[in-house]
Amino acid sequence: MIEVQHIYKSFDGHPVLEDINIVFEQGKTNLIIGQSGSGKTVLMKSCIGLFPVDQGVISFNGRDFSSLPDKKRRHIRQEMGVLFQGGALFDSFTVEENIMFPLNMFTDMTPKEKKERVDFVLENVNLGGTNGKFPSELSGGMLKRVAIARALSLNPKYLFADEPNSGLDPKTAERIDELLYNLTKKFNMTTVINTHDMNSVLEIGEKISYIHKGKLWWEGNHKEILETDNPELNDFVFATALTRRIKK
Amino acid sequence: MKLFSEIGEYVLLIPQVFKRPDKGFVFRRQLWTDIKQIGSDSIGIIAIISVFLGAIIAIQLAYNIDSPFIPRPIIGFATRSMLILEISPTFMSMILAGKVGSRIASEIGTMRITEQIDALRVMGVNPANYLILPKITAAMIYFPVLVTFSIFLGIFGGWVSGSVTGLVPSVDYIQGIREWFVPFNLVYAMIKTEVFAFIITSVAAFRGYTVKGGSVEVGQASTNAVVHSNILIIIFDLILTQMLLT
Repeated sequence: MIEVQHIYKSFDGHPVLEDINIVFEQGKTNLIIGQSGSGKTVLMKSCIGLFPVDQGVISFNGRDFSSLPDKKRRHIRQEMGVLFQGGALFDSFTVEENIMFPLNMFTDMTPKEKKERVDFVLENVNLGGTNGKFPSELSGGMLKRVAIARALSLNPKYLFADEPNSGLDPKTAERIDELLYNLTKKFNMTTVINTHDMNSVLEIGEKISYIHKGKLWWEGNHKEILETDNPELNDFVFATALTRRIKK
Repeated sequence: MKLFSEIGEYVLLIPQVFKRPDKGFVFRRQLWTDIKQIGSDSIGIIAIISVFLGAIIAIQLAYNIDSPFIPRPIIGFATRSMLILEISPTFMSMILAGKVGSRIASEIGTMRITEQIDALRVMGVNPANYLILPKITAAMIYFPVLVTFSIFLGIFGGWVSGSVTGLVPSVDYIQGIREWFVPFNLVYAMIKTEVFAFIITSVAAFRGYTVKGGSVEVGQASTNAVVHSNILIIIFDLILTQMLLT
């Protein structure tokens, strides 16, 4: 479980997050949604420690992460897996080397154990046999899945995904959603997904937090979101003709 | 003001770089890759430029020293001295600033804008140490090798040009390069090379590491890495020459 309590964050005096309070629950897919510029990426990057917060507490299973100095965050960081928007795979490494990287850095596994772990996580993202390929040889969907595999390599308790569906066709995006959902259940992780993909919201949004102008505007699940009378959320959710038709 | 801010950022980055690597074998593997990319891949350009520069220096000296009162071996001596004291350590370092510096800045800059550095940080890796230390170490190991290679090839180029054109008889040239040798000049050249290797790699890495924006900014960082490295090379050339040779 991740608790975000009274978080404030500003850049150059311009407030981006104001008094955010969210609990991301274990074993669930927790979605952060909001329009571009609403502050959802800043919230996620604050949670993973890339942005220091101005005020407030972020704790992982009761351990205060936000007030720890960078050195002491390391232990909690090794329990996190992060899927960045573009994948952030190391270009000069093969798929296997990318996934093996955290294992090389933080474990004392033997080469055989590492290889087995790589094969295991690749099988879990349905990419068995791609070990020798370079990121430049992979499609967008495969890149995302390799990035998920790398995020899973250290068996994380917390999985963060920033816009996992961006730049993907609807079918591939749906597969990534299913994968994230299934992996969350299988490994009982606390998964936090940053998205503005309404299909993800409706399919895997077990807990949804809507951020609007830097504030937590609404919380609920994928069923409740269709029935909300919150005008700002309605504007966001039913912004496209397709979602308006679904509502009707 | 921006200059002071950047110097401050650079000064703060360097202690992050010089920390004990998390895993020795990962560092050694990265170092080996960097030695190949930074060092071995530069042999070709260093060889071509050194041979031609040596040849040009010998011809120019022969052209300018046409007095019968000046012995011909002085051309071999002057070619060797110029190569050891200035051309190979300084000029080659400037060439390497262009080749290696731009590569490092664009590689690390691209990693920055594609969130690869963020990924390292989130994993709990010290990105400055992981990415920059092997590059600085590789350059400080390999640049002296390249400069030594350049000195020998430059002297060889001078001998070939003098002999082929007939401006400097082979015997005179060889006598010149063997006379009045001061071993400290080589020490001076190597000290300069080490300092320049550090400047080139650390400045380029700093430029790449602090990129904000997109591909345009990576291009600017790459250009700035070369320009700033070259300016610092010249400044430190003067300082070291003043300190070591006077």
